[in-house]
Amino acid sequence: MTSADLTKPARRAHMSRMGRRRAFAGVMVALGSTLAGGCVTVNAPAEPIVIELNVNITQEVIYRLADDVRQNIEQNPEIF
Amino acid sequence: MAMHRTFSRTLLGGLVMAALALPVPAMAQRDPAYQAARAAGQIGEKTDGYLGVVGNQPPEIGRIASDINIRRRENYAQKAQEQGVTLQEYAIAQGCILISRTAPGEKYQAPDGSWQTRGSGPPQLDPRCPRA
Repeated sequence: MTSADLTKPARRAHMSRMGRRRAFAGVMVALGSTLAGGCVTVNAPAEPIVIELNVNITQEVIYRLADDVRQNIEQNPEIF
Repeated sequence: MAMHRTFSRTLLGGLVMAALALPVPAMAQRDPAYQAARAAGQIGEKTDGYLGVVGNQPPEIGRIASDINIRRRENYAQKAQEQGVTLQEYAIAQGCILISRTAPGEKYQAPDGSWQTRGSGPPQLDPRCPRA
């Protein structure tokens, strides 16, 4: 009596539901850490630049307002 | 003689006009309690254009500062709208001048946030402030 089956058959070429879920999770973790890593590298140099721009804009505005704020003190001496 | 008198009168008139044109010092218009708290260093000028209470002070001092700050904010909001700038920008610009005009002995906030006593020299100003 002979059998057509192999003594050690390979598993069928499909992933179990659990395996698929695990693989998907692995991809998400890898993607997530890549994205997180990207965010940190982008944000770190961008932050000081934004602050510097605000400082420049405000300085220009402060100079433009210099005369008006001086007059404001003369017009409303009771609150200064 | 008549010409001399006319000249004297013109001169006197000119002097009166000049005196009227001179800006009245702000301290003459201040509420006496507020002026006293400023002179005692209990209330100081902050870089943001508002008053701050320096250290631990009686609640009355806090009320004086808060009352004026509310009126300042109202004034800044109106002025900022007229000038087409934000309230904060107007307030900071006002703060520059208010710190410049503190009298010796009064408190003001340095750019690092610390309270300083105004001496006879110029105050420590934010680099964005116009040089007086």
